[in-house]
Amino acid sequence: MKVLASWLNQFLDAPVSPEQIAAAFDDLGTPVEEETRLGEGLDGIEVVQVLALRPHPNADKIQLVDVDRGDGEALQICCGASNMAVGDKLPLATLGTVMPDGMAIERRKLRGEWSNGMLCSTRELGLGDDHGGIMILDPSIPLGTPLVEALGIEPDVLWELEVNPNRPDAMSVSGLARDVAAKLGVDFRPLNPPALVGERSEFSWSSTGPGGRDSRTLADSSTVTVEVADPVGCGRFVARVLRGVRPDAATPDWMVRRLTALGMRPISALVDISNYVMLELGQPNHPYDLAKVADATLGVRRARDGETLVTLDDVTRTFTEDDLLITDGQDRPVGIAGIMGGADCEIGPDTTDVLLEMAWFDPTSISRTSRRLGLRSEASARFEKGADPGVIEVAADRFCELAAEICGATTEPIQVDVRAKLPERPLVRVRTARVNSLLGTDLSAGRMAELLGPIGFEAREVDGDLDVTIPTWRFDSATEIDVVEEIGRHEGYRNIANRELTEPRAGRLTPAQRERRAVRRLLCGLGLAEAQPLPFLAPGQLAAAGLDPGGIELVNPLVAEESVLRTALLPGLVAAVAHNHARRQHGVGLWEIGHVFLPPPPGQVLPDEREHLGVILAGREAPAAVEVWQQLAALFRLESPTLENADLPGLHPTRGARVLVAGETVGTVGEVDPTVLGRHDIGERVAVLEVDLGALFSAPRRSEAYRQISRFPSSDIDLAFEVPEVISAIDVEETLRSTDDLVWSVRLFDVYRGAPVADGTRSLAYAVRLQAVDRTLTDAEVAEVRARLIAAVETTHRASLRG
Amino acid sequence: MIDDIRHIQDRALAGLSAVTTLDDLAALERDLLGKTAELSGFKKVMGTLDHDARREVGAALNAAREAISEAVAQRRSELEVVAAVARAESERLDLTEVRAGGDAGHLHLVTQTIEELEDVFVGLGFSVAEGPEVEDDWHNFTALNFGAFHPARDMQDTFFVGLGGPREVVMRTHTSPVQIRVMENQRPPIYSVMPGRVYRNEATDATHLAVFHQLECLVVDRGITFGHLAGTIDMFTKAYFGPGWTSRLRPSYFPFTEPSAEFDIQRPDGTWLELGGCGMVHPNVLSNCGIDPEEYSGFAFGFGLDRLAATRHGVTDLRELASTDIRFLEQF
Repeated sequence: MKVLASWLNQFLDAPVSPEQIAAAFDDLGTPVEEETRLGEGLDGIEVVQVLALRPHPNADKIQLVDVDRGDGEALQICCGASNMAVGDKLPLATLGTVMPDGMAIERRKLRGEWSNGMLCSTRELGLGDDHGGIMILDPSIPLGTPLVEALGIEPDVLWELEVNPNRPDAMSVSGLARDVAAKLGVDFRPLNPPALVGERSEFSWSSTGPGGRDSRTLADSSTVTVEVADPVGCGRFVARVLRGVRPDAATPDWMVRRLTALGMRPISALVDISNYVMLELGQPNHPYDLAKVADATLGVRRARDGETLVTLDDVTRTFTEDDLLITDGQDRPVGIAGIMGGADCEIGPDTTDVLLEMAWFDPTSISRTSRRLGLRSEASARFEKGADPGVIEVAADRFCELAAEICGATTEPIQVDVRAKLPERPLVRVRTARVNSLLGTDLSAGRMAELLGPIGFEAREVDGDLDVTIPTWRFDSATEIDVVEEIGRHEGYRNIANRELTEPRAGRLTPAQRERRAVRRLLCGLGLAEAQPLPFLAPGQLAAAGLDPGGIELVNPLVAEESVLRTALLPGLVAAVAHNHARRQHGVGLWEIGHVFLPPPPGQVLPDEREHLGVILAGREAPAAVEVWQQLAALFRLESPTLENADLPGLHPTRGARVLVAGETVGTVGEVDPTVLGRHDIGERVAVLEVDLGALFSAPRRSEAYRQISRFPSSDIDLAFEVPEVISAIDVEETLRSTDDLVWSVRLFDVYRGAPVADGTRSLAYAVRLQAVDRTLTDAEVAEVRARLIAAVETTHRASLRG
Repeated sequence: MIDDIRHIQDRALAGLSAVTTLDDLAALERDLLGKTAELSGFKKVMGTLDHDARREVGAALNAAREAISEAVAQRRSELEVVAAVARAESERLDLTEVRAGGDAGHLHLVTQTIEELEDVFVGLGFSVAEGPEVEDDWHNFTALNFGAFHPARDMQDTFFVGLGGPREVVMRTHTSPVQIRVMENQRPPIYSVMPGRVYRNEATDATHLAVFHQLECLVVDRGITFGHLAGTIDMFTKAYFGPGWTSRLRPSYFPFTEPSAEFDIQRPDGTWLELGGCGMVHPNVLSNCGIDPEEYSGFAFGFGLDRLAATRHGVTDLRELASTDIRFLEQF
């Protein structure tokens, strides 16, 4: 919402400086997003007249303009625009002028021709958005007049404010003024146009009715009718009739300036008045050409499925039963309620009689239709937040007042007023103690009433608490907590004292959170870098990484390349390696901890979402990734961590394995499939590890108990076995480790294939260190343990000791 | 004979000084002092001499042996020094030529920021809570007091996920659904922070990401006031940014808090930084989680992390945070 200081001040009983107003906006939750000082920097701008137009000898896009400042002399200006003709009056920034944007005008040469100033567009002058050409001025203005004087410009301040959904009142100049006045302690002067159709009625949220039909007889004995067939969608519908609009009526400059400043394009006197009233009072309204509205009747009803209407913007709109339409006496649609009028009944240059609509529409209905049609307007933005059903008559009187002033229109002394269903906003009991216990304040009921009164929340004290009436301009407010917020807002957040939390509490990370950090430290310790690629993949990216192509898809992705939820970290990490490889950054080692999304388990809507760890080592072979896994397993003292060689999706067919803990799979390890590498133009081997961290953290662990170290010398024995290829080297090691308590450590130190080792087997050589805590082992004891170890391996693993 | 001995000694000493290696020295020592040495030959002829002569020759022989032994020892120590120097020279390394093959690894700058923030809040007595990134409508919107057609839904452009009914499953648009999950699963008192990745269906540019990170702080307990909210934000500001920093609250709107506010923090130089949103947990939200709003009250505040992380390192284009280029990652 934009607002001008001069317009706002019209509603304040005492003049307030722009600085005070801007500060109040910030304190009230309608913060200033942009502030523009208007009419400043125009001191050196004068009105000049074009004497001659000549082409620039050295530039196609610049022309030479000779202008007269009033002394009859031709002054040469270089100008990039071409919308002017000889005789036109234009604004010239004379030498020495500093423009609103800070640019200083100097005499300078453009492509060899002198320019003695600058002809200005409205945008360059800060007077509008038009940059299509130079501003053409009224031919009656005397030459040499300062522009400020010629246009009657007074310095002003334009603010663009952020308005949240809970502030329907802030969608109008008067509503903003009411809030600011309350904050600054000045009186708010509500608009009070002459009541043209009799005394304006009191109106509250309970001023409801059944809807239906209401007619009034006009001076010529014809009737005007409103019929509200949907009393929920339309809570109130007021209609008036204006006669005798002068076809040549022009919008006055002051109104054009205000509309333009607030971002509305001036169109015609009646449309401008309509917009002006909406901006001023927040009441969207619609003037129809009475002659074009069949039977002078307006109706409100839900659309029929497939019904269509060509709207003001010349687009054909198709409706569903959800949409609320305005219809004429023949039941034909003439507008989309609260959003946009139809082209047929549009005000035109021939319009003399006007049927004026002022209504209140249900915010949800407007929001649904506007969203479904993708059609937003200034009107829908206001109805969506909740318009003020109580301001309708003032707005109608204001419209009629301005139409009389500007268009010479007279208002028929009748008003059709159909009342239907409005939201219930009963008195709200606000407990003084509750307010103070939520805000941390110590305000009296009286003080709260003082804060609420000026913004229209009338508060009556009852037994130390308050009964509060919700004003009709605050659709958003309905309950005690809403009133608490208003009290806090107007007391001022800065006036509420900071407090410290005093309950003693111990903060800590969960075991999983601590262990996740340990994983991070381990991977950093291995010299690897954490990456955080996007969790969205392109269609086909899973397949390109050799994985099951089915991933959960986004319904409305930003781009197709980011439309599939990853089911593994592998594709993103392979893409990361490819990115680096393509830049001759070889051998990168990356890791990532992030969520992956698998199909929902039966009976569940949400995906099976898991946290994975991925490690990728470019330029390394599979064993490098296995080593990372072994370090992880050691870090968490995992119980019986092991691998099962397997041909797995995405991995090298003969260089991959499942990672298991205590028999449960927790991940995969190996090398990326060469086919996958080929698709990604990666010309080096890539080792990879992907582990489900949740499974890892919950896997069984070895005891944390300390194992006593011995003061006595240890004994080392080396054992080499011929072991069938199908037997896991880890299993053999586990047998050696677990067969006898005297075994302190087991280390696989050599693997050999080839003669004389039999085909289908390989030689695995282990160094076993034996140790007792209480003595030096005798040769006989060592020999006995050795024999037991050999027997265990030979019987368990179909292995044989090598001679 | 005495002259012969002297002559042999002189020759021996000359020979020793000419030896240049420890091995040659050992061989020469055997030649000069071993059983087959020239001097040993005199022992045999000694028996033929009379007493006086024998004593004279014996003394000469001993003197000669002693002199030669001494010379051998001296020469050995000289040659050992030479050998040590030679070996050292042969092992010479230029340590300025050494380069580490790897480094201490790199935590992503967002992770670093999250860990630092978690540490600050743990120090202030909070626990850390987490939740899924794909959420249902209930947790992401409805339980947070977003009405089905409330305009506030437009404040958060949403990625919808092709699961469940229309618009039923979403990429979470904020970390607030974790608040709901915490309150559904834990009775007050609740003192939790919730860091995590969030998603908005908004075109990305240098200062806006569709995938970014937030951290939210939730307190629900008896007697919690708006003053506690402001005080906690101020304490966090000083703990994380530094003692010279302050904070302020300005009214705002969020469906899940009321009263709501934006909070800004002020740098020691007086300039302001808009950081995040906050407010008192809306009574409807407490009720939706089965917590009696008459008995308990609470506050929440949250902010985006990515800009914090990026600003610290002068990263001006937030899109770089998703970069997997090692030249970017290895700088942190």
